[in-house]
Amino acid sequence: MNKTFNNKAWWLVLPVFLMVAFNALVPLMTVVNYSIQETFGNNEFFWSGTTWFEQILHDGEFHASLKRQLVFTGLILLIEVPLGLAIALCMPRQGPWVSVCLVLVALPLLVPWNVVGSMWNIMALPDIGLLGKGINALGIPFNYTRQPISAWFTVVLMDVWHWTSLVLLLCYAGLVAIPDAYYQAAKVDGARPWAVFRYIQLPKLKHVLTIAILLRFMDSFMIYTEVIVLTGGGPGSTTKFLSIDLVQKALGGFDLGPAAAFSIVYFLIILFLSWLFYTLMMREEAK
Amino acid sequence: MAEIRLENLRHSYSANPQSDEDYALKRLSITWQDGGAYALLGPSGCGKTTLLNLISGLLTPTEGKILFDGRDVSHSSPEARNIAQVFQFPVIYDTMTVFDNLAFPLRNRGVPEAEIESRVGEIAGMLELTKTLHKRASGLTADGKQKISLGRGLVRPDVNVIMFDEPLTVIDPHLKWQLRSKLKELHLRTGRTMIYVTHDQTEALTFADQVVVMNLGEVVQAGTPVELFERPQHTFVGHFIGSPGMNVLPCEVRGGKAIFGGTPVDAANIAAANSRGRTELGVRPEFVSIASSGIPAEVIRVSDAGRYRIVETRSHGHTVKLLLKEGGEAPRGSTFLSFDPSHTQVYEDGWMAGARR
Repeated sequence: MNKTFNNKAWWLVLPVFLMVAFNALVPLMTVVNYSIQETFGNNEFFWSGTTWFEQILHDGEFHASLKRQLVFTGLILLIEVPLGLAIALCMPRQGPWVSVCLVLVALPLLVPWNVVGSMWNIMALPDIGLLGKGINALGIPFNYTRQPISAWFTVVLMDVWHWTSLVLLLCYAGLVAIPDAYYQAAKVDGARPWAVFRYIQLPKLKHVLTIAILLRFMDSFMIYTEVIVLTGGGPGSTTKFLSIDLVQKALGGFDLGPAAAFSIVYFLIILFLSWLFYTLMMREEAK
Repeated sequence: MAEIRLENLRHSYSANPQSDEDYALKRLSITWQDGGAYALLGPSGCGKTTLLNLISGLLTPTEGKILFDGRDVSHSSPEARNIAQVFQFPVIYDTMTVFDNLAFPLRNRGVPEAEIESRVGEIAGMLELTKTLHKRASGLTADGKQKISLGRGLVRPDVNVIMFDEPLTVIDPHLKWQLRSKLKELHLRTGRTMIYVTHDQTEALTFADQVVVMNLGEVVQAGTPVELFERPQHTFVGHFIGSPGMNVLPCEVRGGKAIFGGTPVDAANIAAANSRGRTELGVRPEFVSIASSGIPAEVIRVSDAGRYRIVETRSHGHTVKLLLKEGGEAPRGSTFLSFDPSHTQVYEDGWMAGARR
């Protein structure tokens, strides 16, 4: 059988290609451009090779914020994924309460990021904030502007409040999509609730969980606005995550070269970890 | 193993049913003998699956009782009733191997591993799954997956009843025959009660000793395939079973005869008819023949169905079909029809005159 080749269809892809080029490739290439050159203003650039990359990779500050970032993202995933899944399992699947629950859990997702930061900033204030004052009233010293542990606690709690709903909604959608027959068969087969979860719900949720974990990983790895509003990276630099470090380097010091190299390394780390997560979670499928 | 008795069972999916219309299953009482092979036959949406789910305990009846060997189980869970059910679409546990899938119902009940091994081996051999036993179940074709579902239904040796809810819908036609005869064979070997839900009359009539025909949420007739064929209690059964279905013709009952379009016709149950309501005459195409005198008719069309020919005639403005054996001249033009009196019934408002209601 002869296939007819008609390459005219490529023209249909062209608009998308152009859009992606302008909003992703071109800015990315400018960054690449900066990362291998040196400038002293006047729009004059000099070749600098891999100097900036070497500098960043040996930078102690970068190592520290990368470590903080990994701990933060790890914590976030460990809390939000099981919590979101657990709440999704408890939500009603039918009846009038479904929409009430859905709206309630979706609310945090609708709040702008800097507003979330401000809210928690005020709420956690040790002298007037409900949360801060409440914890102090329990006899536990709490001051997120001075104590690193308090600051971390508030930052993590804020992110859990803001983003658990995303995991929850994805899991809920996955749960609702499981046909009734599976639950009926499980009942007839005499499966206990744990077996239903382990052998029906969890396997059927695998794909949504992969998506949820990837989204939460990428977003939390790039967290900026909420933390900058809440703690500004402090106290000291105990909550200075990668993006805060980057902004300080790029805008604070106006070190375009090192900041560009930083951005590229940052991007490659996210890309690599996302790939790793995806491959690990999808490995079973290939068997 | 148990005798299953349904007493005045009624079910509605709405919270507070008002009229008869609200009931997916109208009041019914029926007994399933221990060890019987039953088929529940009826068109889609007639309440077959509802009835099945009530017996299995996936649904709780709105009214009435379900008794297993005299024990009231109306409110017991499927597990407590110790039943097996196979669903219309394959349900498999994706992450498990075929072996683990088949072993699942046994493991949940704490059966010793050695016994599981032999049970699963036996069932897998019967369903020809032995080769794929240690493969992942999710990798199988739809046929294979449904075989696993069947296997999980058959694997427990001690169940009270095994129920099949249109289990062969997704199976290829050539495999259908094979699997159906496997089920039949298994029934003969184990003597377990089986209830087989289907909308396919061939499936029902070949599988079951007793066929329960349902329509619009009620049982229309329960009987052996021969009874359903020769004495349909309701015109619906006449229509639904048989291919082509029974001829149903309006008639008048006068002076111990049924009058169809002016021609008096003998009917088997004429004595029981008291010409109340809408009266009709029912006769299967198998029992109509061409005659030299009798009911005048016009031959419209003759179609060949292989072993026999279907002759479509028109008599007094109504279509009457009859079957002719292969060979001989096909009738043409004007002719006369005769109905076999012992297989011609009078129906009143759809129900056979004199039938138990």
